[in-house]
Amino acid sequence: MTKLILILIGAVFVNNFVLSRFLGICPFVGVSKKVESAIGMGMAVTFVMLLAATASWMIYQYILVAYGLQYLSTIVFILVIAALVQFVEMVIQKSAPALYKSLGVYLPLITTNCAVLGIAILNIDLQYTLLQSMFHAVGGALGFTLALVIMAGIRERLEGASVPASLKGFPIAFIVAGLLAIAFMGFAGMM
Amino acid sequence: MSFREFTKGLYKENPTFRIMLGMCPTLAVTTSLINGIGMGLATAAVLVCSNAMISLIGGIVPNKIRIPVYVVVIAAFVTITDLSLAAYVPVLHKSLGLFIPLIVVNCIVLGRAEAFANRHGVGDSILDGLGMGLGFTLSLSVIGSIREILGAGTILGRPLLGHAYMAHPFLLFVLPAGAFFTLAILMGIMNRLEKKS
Repeated sequence: MTKLILILIGAVFVNNFVLSRFLGICPFVGVSKKVESAIGMGMAVTFVMLLAATASWMIYQYILVAYGLQYLSTIVFILVIAALVQFVEMVIQKSAPALYKSLGVYLPLITTNCAVLGIAILNIDLQYTLLQSMFHAVGGALGFTLALVIMAGIRERLEGASVPASLKGFPIAFIVAGLLAIAFMGFAGMM
Repeated sequence: MSFREFTKGLYKENPTFRIMLGMCPTLAVTTSLINGIGMGLATAAVLVCSNAMISLIGGIVPNKIRIPVYVVVIAAFVTITDLSLAAYVPVLHKSLGLFIPLIVVNCIVLGRAEAFANRHGVGDSILDGLGMGLGFTLSLSVIGSIREILGAGTILGRPLLGHAYMAHPFLLFVLPAGAFFTLAILMGIMNRLEKKS
């Protein structure tokens, strides 16, 4: 149990997916202009990451390993994720139209979010069990959401700041991300 | 075939600084020049192969399922690259790690397939892939050099800034935060140059 909690906390703070592992940078700079959309994106990613980690772990252990096809893992994982995102989109659209309205636009983007394929491959590399993989996925996704929401909060304030003309837009966003990464380095002592 | 398809990727439509694609590997693996070159060339190899293949099959793939088909083509070439690197340059393969399989979700590759290769000839598509790939390699090399020189005082593993600096280098630049700062400042400089011209 302690190990599971450590994996969860470690993935949120110490090895934060965005600020320390550099996974999911595109949505991190793309969807972090408003806190509200950052939370929506974070929820969608958390949901898909947990499903993707579970499905890819099972497929890897029970099908690929069983038939000695480990070299196909990249192709299989990306197909699983693409199918999963499509499936989740359809289920949400049918069963919770309100949720679909708020998450809908983010769902197609998630297929190319490296955090999702990243978690599938990382869990195999780290030789986690199914339960550990699921905790790792939730922790990673919460870390992603945390970074995204903090970033969005800062960027809403940046709108009113007088930034040098050359640094407006993406450059200043990356400087903010760098400062956040320094702040998150402080968590390294926690483990 | 026109040579312009090759040169546009190097500066005018540089994937990293101009269209902001493929940010994850750009930031993650550029702790040294050799890693930047390795990642850039691996991506370029995938890009050239997938562009050529998608340009060939572009006409026969039904429009509705084209994205999954492209992704499978790209994933196949990524797997080939992954296994080749593991076989011939295991050290580089180890330091690039996770980010080799993640070339699959690098937006540059799918982006070029969708925006260029599926409506142009094989020759042009190969040139486009080569230009974009080398443009990406160039950007990664610049970022990698800056981070290696400032963060370790070396270039390609050889001492550059003297022992006094190497004993206490500006460590921040090889850490994640340094990646963000380096990219931000380079983009700021590019914006500045753009305005002047």
